[in-house]
Amino acid sequence: MSSAGAASPAAAAPVVPPARARSRRPSVLSVYRWELRKLISQKRTYLGLALVVILPLIFVVFEGLHHDHNHAENIFATEITQSGLATPVLMLLFMSGFFLPLAASLVSGDIFANEDGNGTLKTILTRSVDRGQVFAAKALAAMTYAATAVFVSAAVATIAGVISWGFHPVRTFSGTDVSAGEALLLVFASNAVYLIPLFTVAAIGVLLSATTRNSAAAVVGTIGLVILLFIVGEIPGLEGIRPYLLTEQFQAWQGLLRTPTYWAPIGHSAWVCALYGVPALFAGYLVFLRRDVAGG
Amino acid sequence: MSDTPSPQGDEALPVRARGLVKRYREVLAVDHIDLNVRAGDVYGFLGPNGAGKTTTLRMALGLITPTEGTVELFGRDPLREGARALDGVAGFVEAPRFYPYLTARKNLQLLAALDGDGASVRIDEVLDIVELGPRAGHRVGGYSHGMRQRLGIAAALLRRPRLLMLDEPATGLDPAGMRDMRALIRRLAGDGITVLLSSHQLPEVQELCDRVAIVDSGRVVYEGALADLRRQGGAGYRLRTTDDALALDVARGKEGIEHASAGEHGIELQADEQHVGELSLALAHAGIGILALTPELATLEDLFFRLTEGGADGADGAGGGVSGNGAKPQPAQVG
Repeated sequence: MSSAGAASPAAAAPVVPPARARSRRPSVLSVYRWELRKLISQKRTYLGLALVVILPLIFVVFEGLHHDHNHAENIFATEITQSGLATPVLMLLFMSGFFLPLAASLVSGDIFANEDGNGTLKTILTRSVDRGQVFAAKALAAMTYAATAVFVSAAVATIAGVISWGFHPVRTFSGTDVSAGEALLLVFASNAVYLIPLFTVAAIGVLLSATTRNSAAAVVGTIGLVILLFIVGEIPGLEGIRPYLLTEQFQAWQGLLRTPTYWAPIGHSAWVCALYGVPALFAGYLVFLRRDVAGG
Repeated sequence: MSDTPSPQGDEALPVRARGLVKRYREVLAVDHIDLNVRAGDVYGFLGPNGAGKTTTLRMALGLITPTEGTVELFGRDPLREGARALDGVAGFVEAPRFYPYLTARKNLQLLAALDGDGASVRIDEVLDIVELGPRAGHRVGGYSHGMRQRLGIAAALLRRPRLLMLDEPATGLDPAGMRDMRALIRRLAGDGITVLLSSHQLPEVQELCDRVAIVDSGRVVYEGALADLRRQGGAGYRLRTTDDALALDVARGKEGIEHASAGEHGIELQADEQHVGELSLALAHAGIGILALTPELATLEDLFFRLTEGGADGADGAGGGVSGNGAKPQPAQVG
């Protein structure tokens, strides 16, 4: 359509013939795949991942230089130089309260609001996908990112720890030793269990993103809620509600590192997180289904 | 305006809106709009900025919920049927928007994935149509406004639409870009695609459209064939004779001849063709020679301003009776 050409291809090129009716509709999976590709293509995606990669590396370097571990409060901290497999446990302990929720909220809080801000939501909602499909794909993508952040962090911590201190048996919170292979499985399982509250944080981020239509507000709102719940948990006299705070569930995975395994806190965590996460997702879904898309 | 029941299936109107209202608190953006876009129309949706055109298109595409009323695309309501109602429908509202961090090709691949139905195989074809093939590997963030408009058309064509809804497609384009955009729209219409073209650019609508709805302050003040509008608004003639003074007396005495007056370049009058024919015979009978009898249709610009600025007075005024669709007190307006 440029004016420079001798003949306008607009007039010469074949125009796509009109179709009658669509036979194949896209699935949630294909929308989800593209949500992931969009995430991969955005620089901001790597901000959270960089955070969860750099922190374990700093930790390992610092611990390598710092040789007095006898006065540590945590058994894994005292055992840090005995096995590299203590490192991912300590890192999960350290990052589960703030840094991993921050990484999760960076993407979940942005996932709808960013499209609102760019005006691309109207672009995708005028194709052959329903709003419910878009919502499901975006929520899944936000949770995939959260899981990626957790396992990337764990992998970096494990590799760095093993390189520094070797692949040896580990002593659990109960004081019993487990083999290196079993410890590796426990590291994986602990991170998997930690995903329960982290997915809940992501669900809250998704709700705020769909509702506020503002990335900064949704990200800050999500991490702000986590901080608020931590503060509530510290208020004297409110001990009764502490087991039901989302932030208390961030440590439920520690039940796996006891002998015998403490399943009760994990089960408790699952239903408490469901109380936060399911209504958040459902509310986000309803908001997204009914709201006007007028921006851009 | 037709109020026939909406037939289902392929025979249904491409766009049929009834009593469409959108209110934002106290602000009435769209006020009981009815639209009938027929298959094969190049339908101009014309109005000043803030008249409610974009809001109406958003409702038609299911992006926003009407406060009242319904809109159907090929007999399907986007609010009730979701994406299924958009089968065979494509277009953009306001400027087309894309992911700036992706290339044009990746953007189209994404949209093709959201379309399904093998749309991805048409990517090269539509890129060629809008002449973006050589730049398809560049990020959209570096595209000019005109290139994004063209990419918007390409994205729409991926869906092999039967109905193309374009909101101000030529806005922001340079003159050559506007010309090429019009050529493309004309070509698409020629290939059987129904086009709903929202615009405030009168020459664009006059050049491309066969039917129009003129909207002002959220209300449709005219809907119908552009030719009918122009006929209604100004079946005027300019007459030069061998004796203009006598000819004016003859004209004023003839039934069906209205607003006959002496102008700078002869006599100006309004009449339909039959009465003009009778006048020419009467002039000959009176021994007056006709030097020139020239029809002068009102321009779309004249009619537009009569309808949108003259309100009810303009619509019915002596300067050219244009039948609007009823004039109500002016509500507040939103774009």
